[in-house]
Order: sequence, then structure tokens, then C-alpha cells
Amino acid sequence: MITKVTTHISPHERLIFERSQPGRAGYSLPPLDVDEQPLGEIIPRELQRDDNLAGMPEVTEVDVIRHFTRISTWNYSIDQGMYPLGSCTMKYNSRLNEKVARIGGFANLHPLASEAEAQGALEVIYELQQHLAEITGLPGISLQPAAGAHGEMTGIMIIRAFIDARDGKEKSAQRRTMLIPDSAHGTNPASAHLSGFTVKTIKSTAEGLTDLDHLRELCAHGDVAGLMLTNPNTLGLFERNIREICEIVHEAGGLVYMDGANMNALVGVARPGDMGVDVIHLNLHKTFSTPHGGGGPGSGPVCCTKELEPFLPVPRIVAQTSVYDGETDEHRLKSVPLRLDFNYPQSIGRVKAFYGNYGMMLRALSYILTHGREGLREATEAAVLNARYIAHALVTDYEKPFEGSPMHEVVFTDKRQARKGVHTLDIAKRLIDYGFHPMTIYFPLIVSGAMLIEPTESVGHQELDQFIDAMRSIAKEAAEDPELVLNAPHSTRIGRLDEAAAARKPVLRWKPKLAESHSTATP
Amino acid sequence: MRYIPNSPNERAEMLRRIGVDSIENLFDSIPEGLRLRRPLNVPAALSELELLKKFDEMSNRNLAARRVSFLGAGAYAHYTPTIVDHLISRSEFFTAYTPYQPEISQGTLQAIFEFQTLVCQLTGMDIANASMYDGSTAMAEAVLMAERVTRRSKVIASSAIHPEYLDVAHTYVQHAGIELQHLPFNAETGTTLADGLSALDEKTAAIVVQSPNFFGCIEDLQMLADKAHAVGALLIVVVTEAISFGLLKSPGARGADIVVAEGQSFGVPLSFGGPYVGLFATREKYARQIPGRLVGEAFDAKGRRGFVLTLATREQHIRREKATSNICTNEGLIALAATIYLETMGPRGIEAVATQCAQKAHYAARKISEIGGFSLPFSAPFFNEFVVRAPTEAASLLRKLASENGIDGGIALSRYNAERPNDFLVCVTETNTRQQIDALVEGIGSLIH
Repeated sequence: MITKVTTHISPHERLIFERSQPGRAGYSLPPLDVDEQPLGEIIPRELQRDDNLAGMPEVTEVDVIRHFTRISTWNYSIDQGMYPLGSCTMKYNSRLNEKVARIGGFANLHPLASEAEAQGALEVIYELQQHLAEITGLPGISLQPAAGAHGEMTGIMIIRAFIDARDGKEKSAQRRTMLIPDSAHGTNPASAHLSGFTVKTIKSTAEGLTDLDHLRELCAHGDVAGLMLTNPNTLGLFERNIREICEIVHEAGGLVYMDGANMNALVGVARPGDMGVDVIHLNLHKTFSTPHGGGGPGSGPVCCTKELEPFLPVPRIVAQTSVYDGETDEHRLKSVPLRLDFNYPQSIGRVKAFYGNYGMMLRALSYILTHGREGLREATEAAVLNARYIAHALVTDYEKPFEGSPMHEVVFTDKRQARKGVHTLDIAKRLIDYGFHPMTIYFPLIVSGAMLIEPTESVGHQELDQFIDAMRSIAKEAAEDPELVLNAPHSTRIGRLDEAAAARKPVLRWKPKLAESHSTATP
Repeated sequence: MRYIPNSPNERAEMLRRIGVDSIENLFDSIPEGLRLRRPLNVPAALSELELLKKFDEMSNRNLAARRVSFLGAGAYAHYTPTIVDHLISRSEFFTAYTPYQPEISQGTLQAIFEFQTLVCQLTGMDIANASMYDGSTAMAEAVLMAERVTRRSKVIASSAIHPEYLDVAHTYVQHAGIELQHLPFNAETGTTLADGLSALDEKTAAIVVQSPNFFGCIEDLQMLADKAHAVGALLIVVVTEAISFGLLKSPGARGADIVVAEGQSFGVPLSFGGPYVGLFATREKYARQIPGRLVGEAFDAKGRRGFVLTLATREQHIRREKATSNICTNEGLIALAATIYLETMGPRGIEAVATQCAQKAHYAARKISEIGGFSLPFSAPFFNEFVVRAPTEAASLLRKLASENGIDGGIALSRYNAERPNDFLVCVTETNTRQQIDALVEGIGSLIH
């Protein structure tokens, strides 16, 4: 039975370009208050635009409001309910954090304002750095990377710079292998490649963990610069041999990079720095609740050991005099003038103009301070409990490929449903009819028909039960009436879109209809 | 914690149902020795009242946020219609994920399709992606793309590009086997020196140029395009002040092959440098080499139009290390803000803003050049930023202007180049009133005389 949703209004709305009416306008500006010069005298005619910006929409403010309000209703969002995308950590985005990010003193601050006149902004960065260092157990930190993959690239470049400095350019040129488990996110190999590494893939064991024997074998050739490991891994399992893994890599002269995508399972419970990890990126848009925004902006801070600190991107935000001693002492922190420090000759350089996605830093700091030390741990506990609850309930109906107890997310497969021709994609689409956003599907790649479910802490047990009921009901439908599932979704304003056709002959922008362009063309 | 729905009692009941004795036992798979046996050294939770007070106090120490400002150089203070922030604050947009499930993500997908179209229209290009992190990383990705397209490894970049953008490009290419060479600029005109193009040869993948450039000067793009194309290289054009698209001939119409821009000017707050949004556009023939996400038109079985993420075979979740880029998250919500901004302003609004920026900047430049001892060192036409040469050290002059007159008068170029101690970059937008401009002119004049 569908308990979560009923059908609701779903207005049609065309593209804004198709709504455009010549002569409509949605802006207002004060009149020009300086002496106007003939335009040709200030910008030579041949440099001026001569296409009248043709094709841009002409609409009023009301048109824009209705347009976006209508199309917004076609989106599923966290605020509507559970959004169990595995490895994406779709948790509640607090309105308080949004309010903080919009405070005029931050929102209107130019990035090149003098340090003396931007102390408040630098304090936010500095304080967030302290907290993230404590949470990860890794003291070196840069908030510059704009997203997770950007943080990966930064972290891997730091490893490369460290090895270059340690071994000398010539010797380090022999060390160009990056080890990545077969369960890793696709950005890992892409980021390693961007940093000039050759990727070698480590197998997972039948248990779903890194294969230590294979790791040892790959580490035996003296060419390993590092390992990129997600922990808990993308199967939701904690790599319990993490310390040994780190030792094997370190003994082979490599460093360990941890993909922090799954830190929501660890905050307040265990710290990567204590496990032997050398460098990690965090996703402020996952663990620290900054909104995903329909695909960004994110923020991907990098935290590292003292040894790697000299290689972090510049500028670093540092205290003029170092009186911060690790104790939280707000008054002392406030009295310390902060500045941008460019003087790190071993730095990998800049990865972004200015200092990173600052608005996300404000939100993340607000998240941390709202939760406090106890709330942070409580969130981790609630997130893991929710995932475990789902894991426990769904084993009766779905194949759970790994025995181990999952942390904050759990993977199932379509093995049982596939016998009736119903696959993961169909189950995901049918879940939409039940009022839920689907889980992550077909990832990790090593699990055939994977369904990766991450409920996060932001779901109460009633909604978890509704989700479990929906999944069970779909399993039943798959057995009894597979067509119903195969043709899902049935409740959305459009059905499954032909993605293959879209990729064969891509239409990536609106263009005026041919007839219209003929009629408006000048002879 | 008020954001966590399950009460402690409910959690206890859930634990009972799954047969786990205690919360601590949920973490049994983490070896004992790796578990943190103390509370995090993070302050105790703050209430909403306390938290807002704390952030308000911090924000008050950002004196520059309240000043009359003529700062630009990659981040610009423009007027934003009220509805932009209102619409991007709708839950449906800001609390949604990347649109992986098109049936329940059409709002985001259609908005991105409109964004891609608007970027094409402004830049004069055929196709655009769903956005990049910002202008600087978009430029670095354009350099990497030029290498993929041409299979050549030398890139020649103008030294009149924003220094921070050049720094980012250096970081990105340092392990990519790309040699980044610099093209000097003409000290009189302030534009890229074409004579420096002796390095241009059949090994060159691209020329990279910013226009209006870091000094505000408008580059001769057609000339650079012709030179690049003559040897089979691409022209990459970077724009940091996207409002200039409203008045200046599009890079696409002047021969560019890849156009990247910082879209912050389109309704995005300064916010101390981010989040902003990178625009990335190119020619149709390079569609399969473009980095980042693309949204395309698609139809369902009943022939109804919708939009989907497309050409994903370029991307890392399929191609892994062979992907065109490692970019995954883009700047969705900021791209949405830019889309709403552009649609609200419309073609006439964008033109009007661009015209006001140019007129006011030229008024300011005229007035400043009339002050004894001050001059404008560059002769090329400019849009809304220009370099001023002061008769004294610019950094200290600007510091005094800020503290005595409450005006941030510009950016001392010594921040980036010690050899230009007396030069500073002034930016004027439609938000600067004549009164403010006159106060700037009077302020710097009185500090000298």
C-alpha cells in the first residue's frame, strides 16, 4: 500500500524562451546619474555587440516567479522526505545555516578586501579549520577545494609533491602508481589521472573489504605512490584492517589518501588520523549538511598530517601569532589577528581563485556549532542506526551481498527480482510511485544490480517503516505483477525518458524554430 | 538534537528490534583501538539565539562589507533582483541532489537546459555545460580540453589574465604534460602583445586570453583567433566580468573556440569569494570533449518532452581514469541563480546594466585622470575596470582612503606584482552612484594634495 504520497497538481510549463513576448521586461534600474558619453566614443563600434542579444527571453517578474515555481514542483527534495542516495548523505539542510550565510557582513564582503577589514570572515575559516582538524585527527587543512573531486585532486597532488620532495624528482618518477579499490567512486581514478598517476585496481574480498594479499602484491614493486581508500567503503562496510592497510602502504613508501565521502559514519566515533591516514577530503555538502542545490555548490576541504602540511594549497589562513593551543578558548581566538599566508614554497599552488566556497564554510561551521560535540556524535549514531534498521528489515525480501554489519549505508541487489525480469532500475523507478527518491543504483560497480541505501540521521522511524513497506511491496509486485514495476513510474508527469536517443543526437540548447528564424531573418 | 527526528526512546526501540544491545555496539566493526574514547574537542551546542549572535558579531568585524567599494578583479558588486534569492531558496531547488532520476528532477533539469542556452547566447557559442566550480577552474579545464582536442601540449597564456586564474592553471597542468608559456602585454595599451607570439607554432594547442583582461582592457580577439587558427591552435577566451557580454561583441563572434567565464556577476553575492559559477561554452564539434555535466532534450514513450543528463560516457563514473575531467559536483544552485537573474533582466536589462557600468566607469576614469599627478597608464578601450597610476604608493593611499573616507577605492596591483607599486585597479558598476564616484575622486585627490 502506498502510504506516503498521493497525486498532486503538476502544472505544465514550457521553456522560458517559449514564453517570451517582445517588449516584456522584469528589471528596474535607476536612471544613469553621470554625464553620458556617446557609446561609440568609449567602446569602439567594432567591439560592440551587434546581435541585440536576440533569443534571450523577454519576460516580466511575474512570468519568472510562476515559471520557476511551477518547474520547482517537478523536483523531489529532501524537504519532501527521505532521499536515500547512498554515498550522497542527503541530510536535512538547516534554515539557520542559510540565514547565517546570508548575513550582510559575509554576503557583501569582497574577497580582495584587506585582511584587516575582513577579520570576521577569516575567523570563520580559521575556526572551521580547527574543528575539522579535530574531527579528522589531521591537523593540516585547506578549505580551498570547491567540491569532493576537487579535494581529491588536491590531496593527490599533495602526495605527489611530498614524494617528489622526499625522493627527489628523478627517483620519484619511478613512483607513479596510485592504488584504488574496485569499489571506489569514479572520481578517484579520474583525480589520480589528472595528477599524473597510473591507476592500479585492488580487488575486494568476498567479504566486501580490501584484499590485503592483493594490496601486498601490488605494493611489492616499489612504484606505489599511494592508496585512495574510502572508509567506510562504498559498500557501507568499515575497513577493519585499515591500520594494517596503512602500514603496508607506508612500508612500501606510499601514502594513504582517504576519500571522506562517508565521514557521516565516523564523526565523533573514530578519526582517520588515528587510523594511519595521511590525507583526506571531506564533503561539507554531505557530512556537514550544506545543501546539494541540485548539483552543487559543494566544498571539499583537505585535511592532512603535519608532514604534508607544507604542500597544502596557498593562501593558508593563519594566526599572526600562534597562541591557539588546541583548547577551545573563544576569547583568545577572537583577539588573534588572522591573515592570508602565501609563503609556502613547497605548496602545490592554488586550486581555485580566492579561498574556496566560502558560503559553504559558513553553513558548515553553523552546523558544527549547532550540534556541538554531543550532537555531532548523536548524528553519527542516528545515521548508522537508521541504516542498520533498513538492513535488518529488507534482508527478507532483497539479496544482501555482504554479511558484515553496515555502517551508515547498506547495499542490496536485484538478484531475486531479476529472476522475474525486474532489475534495479525498475525497482528504483517504482519507488518513485511510492513517494520516495530512489537509492543510488548500479554503484558500486563491483556489485551487480547494486542498490545503495543511505537514510542519514534525518529520517524518523515512521518514514523508515514506510520506506521498508514500499520496498517489500515492490518485491511482491516484482514476483506477482512484474509489468507494473517494469513500466514504472506511473505517477510522474513524464515517463522514462529515452536517454539513449538523447545521447545519439544531443540537443543541448533551445533554438528558435526554423520557421520563426526564417521570418525574422533580414534579407 | 532538534534536527534528528528519532527521540532517544524511539532509538532504543529500534535497537531492540534489530537485536543490538547498545548504540556503542553499532560500531562493533570498528576495532576497539581505533575508536575515539573521549568527546570531540568541539564546543557544546549553541542555541539558535546564541549562534546568530556569534555570527553577527563576527560579521561586524568585516568592516569592508559596509564600505562604498570600487573593488573588482574577478568579483563584482552588482544589483540583484529580489526574486533571485527568493526562488533559489525554494526547498525543491536547494535541497535536491544532482538530477540522476529525471522523472522527479525535471525542475532542475529544465533550469539547467535554460542555463546552457543562455550561456550559448551570451558567449556566441554552440554548446555550454551545466557549469564549473568557478571562472578560474573553468579556464584550467579549458586548457586541458584544448590539449585533448588538438593532441598538442603547448599552451600560450596572456600575462594580462587574472593572476589567480593563471596560478590555478599552473596547478592543474603541472602533471598533465602541458607546457604553459606566458605572453607579455603591451605596457602602453594594456593588451596582450601579439609580437610575443613567436612561440606560436604547430605544437601549440591554444592561446588563452582574458577580455576584458585583468587590467580591464578589451583584447583584439579576432586577431588572436586568426593567429591561433593559422597554426591549427584554439583560442580560449576568459571573461571575469560577465556583465560585459551585454555590451561587447561575443567571443564566439570574434573567433573563440572555447569561452569560459565567471558568472558571479549574474545575481550571485560576493560572499568572500564563493560559491560562484563557472561558465563553459564551446563549438558543437567538441561536444564529446567538454568537461562536466550536460543536459539534453529527451522524450518519453508517449512523446512528451523532458530533459536528462546526457553524454555521460565522457564522465568519470563510467570512464573512470579516462574521463574528460574529474569534475562531478558543479555549481547547480548558483547556475540557477544566474539563470533566474538573466531571465529577469532579459536582453534589455543586461544591456542597460552593461551600459551603465561602462558609462559610470568612464566618468570615473575621466574625473580621476583630471586630478594632478594621477594618470591612466593604459590606452586600450576598457569596459568597467581600469588601472590608475597614483603619484605615490597605491596600497598605502588606498588604506588611508578606507580609514579616513570609508571608501575601498580599488585593488593595489602590488598585491600581485611588486613592480607596479603605484598602480591600482578601479571597478565601477551600476551600484556605484555619481555621489560615490565623486567622493572617491575627491578622497584620493585630497589625500595627495
